[in-house]
Amino acid sequence: MKSSLLAVRNLDVSFRTRAGLVRASNGVNLDIREGETLALVGESGCGKTIIALAVMRLLVENALITGEIRFRGRDLLSLDEEEMRNIRGREIAAIFEQPASCLNPVMRIGEQITEAVMAHEQCPKREAKMQAKEIMETVGIPAARYRSYPHEFSGGMQQRTMIAMALAGRPSLLIADEPTTALDVTVQAQILDLLKESALKNNTAMLLITHDTGIIAEMADTVAVMYAGTILEQGSIKSILKNPRHPYTTALLGAIGEGGLRPLPGTAASLCAVPPGCPFHPRCVLAREVCFRKVPELISVKGRKVRCHYAGRSKAVV
Amino acid sequence: MKTIAGAHKANAPQREQSRPVVLIRDLIAKFNEYPLVVFAASLILLLAVAAIFAPALSPHDPLAVNMEESLQGPAPKHLMGTDQLGRDLFSRILFGTRISLSIAFATVAVCLVLGVAVGAVAGYLGGVADDLLMRLVDIFMAFPGLLLTIAIAGMLGPSMQNLMLAMIATSWVGYARIARGAVLSVKECAFVEAARSLGSGGARILIEHIIPNIVHPIIVLATLNMGQTILSIAGLSFLGLGAQPPAPEWGVMLNEACSFMGLAPHLFIFPGLAITVAVMAFNFLGDGLRDMLDPRFKKEVEI
Repeated sequence: MKSSLLAVRNLDVSFRTRAGLVRASNGVNLDIREGETLALVGESGCGKTIIALAVMRLLVENALITGEIRFRGRDLLSLDEEEMRNIRGREIAAIFEQPASCLNPVMRIGEQITEAVMAHEQCPKREAKMQAKEIMETVGIPAARYRSYPHEFSGGMQQRTMIAMALAGRPSLLIADEPTTALDVTVQAQILDLLKESALKNNTAMLLITHDTGIIAEMADTVAVMYAGTILEQGSIKSILKNPRHPYTTALLGAIGEGGLRPLPGTAASLCAVPPGCPFHPRCVLAREVCFRKVPELISVKGRKVRCHYAGRSKAVV
Repeated sequence: MKTIAGAHKANAPQREQSRPVVLIRDLIAKFNEYPLVVFAASLILLLAVAAIFAPALSPHDPLAVNMEESLQGPAPKHLMGTDQLGRDLFSRILFGTRISLSIAFATVAVCLVLGVAVGAVAGYLGGVADDLLMRLVDIFMAFPGLLLTIAIAGMLGPSMQNLMLAMIATSWVGYARIARGAVLSVKECAFVEAARSLGSGGARILIEHIIPNIVHPIIVLATLNMGQTILSIAGLSFLGLGAQPPAPEWGVMLNEACSFMGLAPHLFIFPGLAITVAVMAFNFLGDGLRDMLDPRFKKEVEI
């Protein structure tokens, strides 16, 4: 059994806004062990990115955060900014959805990677530059492009740059927030391969945030399905993909499947107005009276956790 | 991936070799689109050469009095004539370029560094720090420039240093305001958050990521400010608040010319022209750069 790297316990994140209290995360529990990949899945606006930002401690200041985020046993929420800065990049690094906007437009690609190297290692610039060039080659950017600017790169190359910058600190946890959403399918496959390869090589754990169920199957060891700030189902990749217990998971997996696109009816619940009871009930085919009233507990069923009043019943119902 | 990398390596030396040439060609192409910028930039280059090489270029000592040749009109021996003390006007104008440009440049440089530092820090930190620093800026803005200059000259005595002090006190705040506004918009960019997520600290983010992204408005402001400063130096020196005679300063020269206006009009025409050309050049360059650097002012794309 590998040791636990990141343990998120009862994480609540909310924002006070003019539209009222927005609860972006409700009692979220997540576990990532060393070298493992956890996929956090859900529709747009369900709070996935909020979790990532909470782990990095990069949320805006008006966010109200409670709970625990334990990284190697230390509670990240209790660290001061200086200690947190030593963790960012060196222990936990992140890559985001829009590589184009995440790169400084007036700084050369190579220099941005060099800067990432120097942010973690006290070494002379020449040495950092050599390291940066090495990293560039490992992520598939020719070292000759050191002096290019971000706008001279394609989306795929820009994302490679982001990955290079993230890998520069040899983090033990990589948070990949929709790393391939902005890319076309062929480039997507290359980037995923690159991520998988480098994670394997450095024994890097990954928190992979995505809404693409196709990616999960390829990348993840465990999956957590999120809806309106709440985890609805989580467990090992095998059990959940083969035998989803929550109607939402079933619908997500079924949205792209045999017989073409089958969209989920309705729109995702807004975090400003989460329905009472089970948050998924307005769109759920199984919804009964109890679902309107009572939030289901996260219960263990057949080796995974499910938050559904019908989780215990036979699969036939779903 | 191998073949792509290989192809790159084959191309690389060629690209490497021709880079300066390409750079100059791109520069010329860019400037061809903006003739005003080229014109103004060449004028400024000319003025700068005149200022730097003034001792070598001037045919006479700008301070040498020669009463036998006083108040002569332009002639081959004295290209712009001589003044009431027989000093060579052309030499004095050349040395005047030196004074005006160097003082204006120093003033603008100090204002820029001070203003950008204060504005950038205020914009980046936000909150109380922002409020405090910007109220300080407001206090400086509330002073009328001319009055402050007269007050400083009155208290410390009229001199070039005190004039600089007064000009710096009144114009650094412009940079602070521009820098703060620009930083406020850039600091919300995703790349700033990305840099933070990689463990970069506040100072590093501000210096390496934010400030390089706000240079465009600052450059434009500094260029326009150069023109204003040159005009202020001449104007305040004319009033006796800055450079003192016998310094070959344009404003001082104009002041001295007042008494001989009917007798020797070249005494105020040439210094006046010098001021006009210098101020115009910087204003044109500023306007031109603003159009060139601001993507919203881009000319229509030719199809």
